[in-house]
Amino acid sequence: MKGKIIKVSGPLIIAEGMSDAKMFDLAYVSDKKLIGEIIELKKDKASIQVYEDTSLIGPGEEVVSANMPLSTELGPGLIGGIFDGIGRPLKALYSQYGNHIDKGLKVDPLDRQKKWKFEPLKKVGDIVKSGDIIGVVQENEIIEHRIMIPFGIEGKINKIFDGAFSVEETIALIKNESGIEFKISMLSHWPVRKGRPYAQKKAPYAPLVTGQRVIDTLFPIAKGGVAAVPGPFGSGKTVVQHQIAKWADADIVVYIGCGERGNEITDVLNEFTKLIDPKTGHSLMNRTVLIANTSDMPVAAREASIYTGITIAEYFRDMGYNVAVMADSTSRWAEALREMCARLEEMPGDEGYPAYLSSRLSEFYERAGVVDLLGSEKRQGSITAIGAVSPPGGDMSEPVVQSTMRIIKVFWGLSASLAYKRHFPAIDWNTSYSLYSDRLNSWYDKNVDPLFNDLKYITANLLHEETRLLEIVRFVGMDALSPKDRLTMETAKSIREDFLHQNAFFDADSFTSLDCQFNILKLIIEFYKLGQNALENGMDIEKLLNLDIRNKIARAKIIKKLSEFDETMIELRKQFKGDFDA
Amino acid sequence: MHKEYKTIANVAGPLMLVEGVSGIKYNELVEIEQENGEKRKGKVLEAHKDYALVQLFDSNRGLKISSSKVRFLGRGQELDVSMDMLGRVFNGMGKPIDGGANIIPDKRLDINGTPINPYARDYPDEFIQTGVSAIDGLNTLVRGQKLPIFSASGLPHANLAAQIARQAAVKNSDDDFAVVFAAVGITHEEADFFISDFNKTGAIERAVLFVNLASDPAIERIATPRMALTAAEFLAFEKGMHVLVIITDITNYAEALREVSAARKEVPGRRGYPGYMYTDLASLYERAGKIKGKRGSITQIPILTMPEDDKTHPIPDLTGYITEGQIILSRQLHQQGVTPPIDVLPSLSRLKDKGIGDKKTREDHADTMNQLFSAYATGKDNKELAAILGEAALTELDRKYARFAEEFEKQYIGQGFNLNRSIEDTLELGWNLMKMLPASELKRVKEQFIEKYYRK
Repeated sequence: MKGKIIKVSGPLIIAEGMSDAKMFDLAYVSDKKLIGEIIELKKDKASIQVYEDTSLIGPGEEVVSANMPLSTELGPGLIGGIFDGIGRPLKALYSQYGNHIDKGLKVDPLDRQKKWKFEPLKKVGDIVKSGDIIGVVQENEIIEHRIMIPFGIEGKINKIFDGAFSVEETIALIKNESGIEFKISMLSHWPVRKGRPYAQKKAPYAPLVTGQRVIDTLFPIAKGGVAAVPGPFGSGKTVVQHQIAKWADADIVVYIGCGERGNEITDVLNEFTKLIDPKTGHSLMNRTVLIANTSDMPVAAREASIYTGITIAEYFRDMGYNVAVMADSTSRWAEALREMCARLEEMPGDEGYPAYLSSRLSEFYERAGVVDLLGSEKRQGSITAIGAVSPPGGDMSEPVVQSTMRIIKVFWGLSASLAYKRHFPAIDWNTSYSLYSDRLNSWYDKNVDPLFNDLKYITANLLHEETRLLEIVRFVGMDALSPKDRLTMETAKSIREDFLHQNAFFDADSFTSLDCQFNILKLIIEFYKLGQNALENGMDIEKLLNLDIRNKIARAKIIKKLSEFDETMIELRKQFKGDFDA
Repeated sequence: MHKEYKTIANVAGPLMLVEGVSGIKYNELVEIEQENGEKRKGKVLEAHKDYALVQLFDSNRGLKISSSKVRFLGRGQELDVSMDMLGRVFNGMGKPIDGGANIIPDKRLDINGTPINPYARDYPDEFIQTGVSAIDGLNTLVRGQKLPIFSASGLPHANLAAQIARQAAVKNSDDDFAVVFAAVGITHEEADFFISDFNKTGAIERAVLFVNLASDPAIERIATPRMALTAAEFLAFEKGMHVLVIITDITNYAEALREVSAARKEVPGRRGYPGYMYTDLASLYERAGKIKGKRGSITQIPILTMPEDDKTHPIPDLTGYITEGQIILSRQLHQQGVTPPIDVLPSLSRLKDKGIGDKKTREDHADTMNQLFSAYATGKDNKELAAILGEAALTELDRKYARFAEEFEKQYIGQGFNLNRSIEDTLELGWNLMKMLPASELKRVKEQFIEKYYRK
């Protein structure tokens, strides 16, 4: 069915003669076959948001409905790849068309030629259901790509092959009860705007360990949880996202660069390729999928990019993996939504954003979670979603931050004043929170140390106490504080500088294991407790603060060997003891 | 031959409606010819089967709608480019205004450019020595970066930009260097300052200037930066030159954008600026960078004046979200006589980490940078405290920090507009200042560097 363009206004095209089209179907625009999506139907007129530049497209040119929704290709070849907002492979576009992305370029997202070694796990005669894993492909050194029965298909395996196949070749034949035979290949498609089904959603119970001290200790995120990182520009949102993408103990990371800088994507590509994952001994890129729709790329494709990203995440979740999704930044996504809303002349809500902003945001975040998967065997997978928010002027009352805060469970609020002091990550302990904190206590008890949670609460209290004391100091000066309060202030300072502050660009400091985090805190808090005792026993505060051990504590964050912590602890106790003896 | 129409229905502000058209394309270039032969340009903003909404690039003054002819040219707005552009001055629409002849084009390029495939980008990591300590030492600029200067009315951003253009150099490199300068709605006096500075230093021979003055049509300002960037792309990616692009003043550009948006009766975003301003600004700023396999690079220094010195105003705010950092000028430092009055704490270079360190600048650079930042921030806090409670309320250490902050502003930042400091001098100065503090306070510096530079 062909329609004709009657109006072009930026990324929005209106075509007539489209009475057979369905909402959210793909459409090909003009003889260049630009990709668009039908977002409004009025009688025989369709409004189409076009994912490519529409310059020099005009009324009279033809529009063809593809009769299927915007979908992304799923199969071996995704890992280590970099795709644009609608899933086109940027690496292949580069090698075929050069440095710039012109309109109308077409390349298959997954390589059609490459042969993958398929190893069947099922045999002829086995009964299989949707979601069952029938075989595996070792996609790279660390990722086993599990080939699943597509949704809607079940039956008996009539044939299954072993050997090297391209993604489109048939690897198995399945016959269902009514005798219909299905050809199964490694390639499948999924409409990006629809969440992939699962059996049941579960409550998160284990943390996503990020190696970032302020996060893991004070504001942990659970595997299957949702978090937001809002902050003004320059406060380090992107670095926080990069650090989590690098160090989090997820199996797969999907990184969505949505309306952000081109160089940041290059940075991720270079860094992740170079960096070795300590757990696997291989490049981090071996577990990463990049979606890149930078700010200069078409705005409508930016709107689609987060759906493309989370669909790929769901696909790997369905294999039974723990997936982490980073979206940087959801504000740029919301702006793309706003732009389309304005072009459609819809009635705007807050600050010009469409009234459905918050429902779209919740739809996205709701696709995260820990789930029991479909299929005959009981398996679990999870998606942890972390969205950066870039509020204009750092104003937290604006619609995107507010709509996001209603959904997410972990809030890492970045503060400009911490960033000016070069305290990074600039996660403000006074405004941030994690609603998973209590739920994860038992996990920390069991897997780190039973004392961990106590230390955590003491730490949080000291930081709050410091904020209160600072008010007083501001009015009457440091001298007016009692020695005990001085010690509190100094300990809080030590927590800030020796624990919370973490240098992402210094290798030894970039990642800290939970055990090390626990031990650093233990040193700081032990000093505080012994200090309190010492003060009660008449020790001079200046003398206390000048104890040599404090320099050791300050450098504890780069200790990697647990025995070294024990030595430091012994020395700490000795110094206090020595002082009493003297 | 292009079809001609004499069916202009109305002109309102920068917009013109032409009826009864057919076969027009979105974004195509439009030529309007008056009865007396005078030509103006515009582009199609909305292509409908019955009408075209055209945005004028020139002023609408004197435009007669009954007799003017409108031609649709079937292509976008283009700029003639060649190596002969170096040393020339053009107006905001790319026409020579220095009395010289039109250039003989090598090529004609669409001024809107096309997005760079992120995979094709090469990460900027070559240190540019600007000779300004506050930049080199603390907010390091690298080749291919976009680093704006956030200024405000009455602050000497022009002097700083000229100083950078004059002094910028890459260590151990004799690559071709060029400056592309776009004046967007600035006063004649300010444009003249740059032109005479380029003349004085001989930089003019390696410079291309596009000048849209305050008295030129505001609507031209939307095209001017794109002209400049198109020229820069040609020099960088086809001729292998390292191009420094200075655009001043982005605030005027954004206001022109707002004017068009208001004329279209679009739903405004913050402060009346259009909702798509982020995307629009990104289409300028993202044209900076390096491309794999190409020798040249584009480094951008856009200058903007913050209305009411307000960093959260949409123009600086959206800019900061796109660019790779910002250099912020401070009125307070300016009043204290510190030149250049760079407020280093809120200033930032996002690309500095890959451009500094061993083999690039010096091994201790990253650590000393972090330490200077944190010491200066503490020192400033202490000074404020002293102002409220008096010196006596400070501890001995606090007083040391306060004195450090003072000396830091005087010596490190306040170097003046004519001193060109090498990175080694900048680092040495940093260590000299840090010696005002006890070694135990230098927590951001690795022990080995303290040993090597502090205790030597």
